[in-house]
Amino acid sequence: MTYITKPRLHHPLLQPNGLGFTRRDYEGKVSTLCAGCGHDSISAAIIQAAYELDLPPHRLAKLSGIGCSSKTPDYFLGNSHGFNSVHGRMPSVLTGANVANRDLIYLGVSGDGDSASIGLGQFAHSVRRGVNMTYIVENNGVYGLTKGQFSATSDPGSKSKRGVVNHDQAIDLVGVALQLGASFVARSFSGDKAQLTPLIKAAIAHKGAAFIDVISPCVQFNNHVGSTKSFDYVREHNAAMNRLDFIEPRAEITVDYGPGEVELVTQHDGSVLRLRKLAPDYDPTDRISAIGHLLLHQARGEVVTGLLYVDPAASDLHDHLHTVRKPLNQLEDDELVPGSAALAAINNSLR
Amino acid sequence: MTLSAVNDFVVKFANVNGSGSASANGMFAKSILRMGVPVAARNIFPSNIQGLPTWYEVRISEAGHLGRRGGVDLMVAMNPQTWDQDVASIEPGGYLFYDSTKPMLASKFRTDIEVLGLPLTAICNAAYTDPRQRQLFKNIIYVGALAWLLGIEDNVLETLVREEFSSKPKLIDANLQALALGRDEAAARLAPIGLKMRRSDAVGDRIYVEGNTAAALGAVYGGATVCAWYPITPSTSLAEAFMAHCAELRTDPATGEARYGIIQAEDEIASIGIVVGAGWNGARAFTCTSGPGISLMQEFVGLSYFAEIPAVIFDVQRGGPSTGMPTRTQQSDILLAAYASHGDTKHPLLFPEDPAECFDFGALAFDLADRLQTTIFVMLDLDIGMNEWLCRPFAWDDSRRLDRGKVMTHEELEAGKDFGRYLDVDGDGIAYRTLPGVHPERGAYFTRGTSRDPYARYSEEGSVYVANMERLLAKFETAKSLIPAPVARPAKRRTPHGVIYFGSTTPAMHESLEILDAQGIHVDGLRVRGFPFNNEVMAFIEAHETVFVVEQNRDAQLRTLVMVEGGVDPAKLVSVLGYDGSPITARFITDEISRRIHGAARTHAPLVAE
Repeated sequence: MTYITKPRLHHPLLQPNGLGFTRRDYEGKVSTLCAGCGHDSISAAIIQAAYELDLPPHRLAKLSGIGCSSKTPDYFLGNSHGFNSVHGRMPSVLTGANVANRDLIYLGVSGDGDSASIGLGQFAHSVRRGVNMTYIVENNGVYGLTKGQFSATSDPGSKSKRGVVNHDQAIDLVGVALQLGASFVARSFSGDKAQLTPLIKAAIAHKGAAFIDVISPCVQFNNHVGSTKSFDYVREHNAAMNRLDFIEPRAEITVDYGPGEVELVTQHDGSVLRLRKLAPDYDPTDRISAIGHLLLHQARGEVVTGLLYVDPAASDLHDHLHTVRKPLNQLEDDELVPGSAALAAINNSLR
Repeated sequence: MTLSAVNDFVVKFANVNGSGSASANGMFAKSILRMGVPVAARNIFPSNIQGLPTWYEVRISEAGHLGRRGGVDLMVAMNPQTWDQDVASIEPGGYLFYDSTKPMLASKFRTDIEVLGLPLTAICNAAYTDPRQRQLFKNIIYVGALAWLLGIEDNVLETLVREEFSSKPKLIDANLQALALGRDEAAARLAPIGLKMRRSDAVGDRIYVEGNTAAALGAVYGGATVCAWYPITPSTSLAEAFMAHCAELRTDPATGEARYGIIQAEDEIASIGIVVGAGWNGARAFTCTSGPGISLMQEFVGLSYFAEIPAVIFDVQRGGPSTGMPTRTQQSDILLAAYASHGDTKHPLLFPEDPAECFDFGALAFDLADRLQTTIFVMLDLDIGMNEWLCRPFAWDDSRRLDRGKVMTHEELEAGKDFGRYLDVDGDGIAYRTLPGVHPERGAYFTRGTSRDPYARYSEEGSVYVANMERLLAKFETAKSLIPAPVARPAKRRTPHGVIYFGSTTPAMHESLEILDAQGIHVDGLRVRGFPFNNEVMAFIEAHETVFVVEQNRDAQLRTLVMVEGGVDPAKLVSVLGYDGSPITARFITDEISRRIHGAARTHAPLVAE
């Protein structure tokens, strides 16, 4: 955790975005994570995505659990309210916040211990409820803050820094999210900001439960030979299904690819996902075949990345609850309190 | 000698659960009310859906004693499984009503009671061919027979049948026929008994309602918009009542959309997590649960305490520990709730005495949660929550506004007002908070369960941590003035004896105080309505030599709380503990208190009966 505030010096050449904010306005406090930590690259991608989306910082709420990854919301979007909650329970806190005010953007940041071990249940249930959120897992396969224990996403056969071999099966959160009906599922790599940033932008624009698993090597405890979450291993085994360009609503779409190379998916808010295909037979709108691809590549020891599944017409929890348009936390007394006349009628029915 | 009483006796029904007896028994109880006589009916049921014993105890009391009295004057024994204990529980001179279709050995009866046999099965078999009808109408037939025996007016029951089946009109005639059949058979085969109902006017404008329904309605009036819950007896009906009330009272008339969000969560941890998330974001949110759920929620309750997030928990207490007696009542979560979570924590508790107060406190809890920015526990129990109680009608002052507590607005931030999330600017220990989304450049802060300074910046500095913990104590001191004050019930004479009680014990306690008073044993009563205890509670203890603390748990939990928080000499606080899972009775409390006082009287000043 940090108590260091960054000096607010703006380079005169920093480009303002559509709202007049520069990238610096989306930064947070100075990170206290280890030098070279993949998580800091993810924070940088979140900052870049918010900047490029012209996001008013206060319209986003960032929530996390406990762990290295869950500390990161202090290091980005310093003008957004943040909530570092309890271990493995960010999904329920985010769900409650979302029900209370449907008008904000909710960014959940978690780790593999936080979401796949202690918090697997809450992860699963928030996804299956269709909470409108962007849920990022910074996945390093290891407990960093407690110095190097295996997490539930560690692959069997993977070796810890101390030389211990993991025998337990790995939980693939992408597979779980697909099974449970997440309407936007992606995987990326903290070492590939060019791939990650548009995925975050698309996830934020997506209505429904958007999940991004970001492999983020732990430079201290899980970046050695024998680990399947090291920079080298992920670079060598990265099987990208597609490259995404995120096109904002109303932006002009120029087609500079040959037929069959590009797929355009229009989301609920009018944003367009332009997918350059890298695997010719991969269809990211087909959930069942996405699950098949995932299992196939996994069996080959490959890490499938890219936008793996999207349902552009997904519904969310508020649709299911049929809640009013006005956020619940802004309803006034006269919209909430039925009054004495209604109470008199109730009294009469109880005699 | 058989018992004789008018409008003052106890009828108990022994049934098999799942046999359809509940609605017939409920109709019987309601018919007493419609005769203008106060009634208290309690379900004593198993954690099971079909086949196990269940009882329904109806206290009829023109004087308005609505607690359990103890003992049974008329037993309606419809369950062969529990026959022996049911017959044994009848008061000498009391009555046993049973199905006499099958002959029973004389040894199965008592000679000091009057036996009323009616061949219910034979009557049903003759009147109906469908097995389910035979079962269901048997219940209505015994209600008809009892009505004749006790003198309940025919038209009262007939009106109740019409109301009960208003949505299924074709059942009305069949039920009216069954009632008449029971009445006619009783008239032909039995003689009137010493227990009598006579029309009165002692009910007034009171209503008859379950505490869970009332608490849920209180939550609606208290402005709750988010409810997250997980099914658990005996709190489930609170969430279900909130759904029903909201559908009725909180649906946007123009669009049909919901001004509320209710989530059945995957467990109690997620339930309280959703509540904390919604509270953080400025919506009024609650969960309802029972002891096992409170155990699971501990970590979040600590977060709510330390990060200062409003939350409301309705704890409908049941018999613990562990799974305990899930369908029986207790007041055994007091300490669990008061000090929930690790580290140094304390939480305000409210103790409603009946459904009317469940409504009041159900609404008040949300104002307190926003004002104090912490978790408020509303401590019901199964007896209040799941039984219908006769109580004063719900009341609401239309000029009342929801108290949202200290929330700094966009305008205040814009004007440059200093915002420190944990800064005590008013000296009451309560800091201002902001809601997410309030202002593009000001007022954002990072909420965390870790230590931080008044401006919400992370800090492991010892002095900063201590200052914050001391401020939380100051806030708890402020809470004392906001928690409903205790209600005194002074004895007729000046007395060195006092008694403290709370929650569902109240009606039995009040009856006991009347009985004691009539015996010349004077005891001042004080009904505690919440925690932290305000100064009146401590002054009451100070003013008496001996203070009885009556509660429905084994370990004298409220007494512990009084001792610890008030620094009271343990020798001064004498426990009266009824915790067998059935609601405490007036006779039990009376026996316990008079035994202790007379015991003491032998060595000190003797008590003289009037």
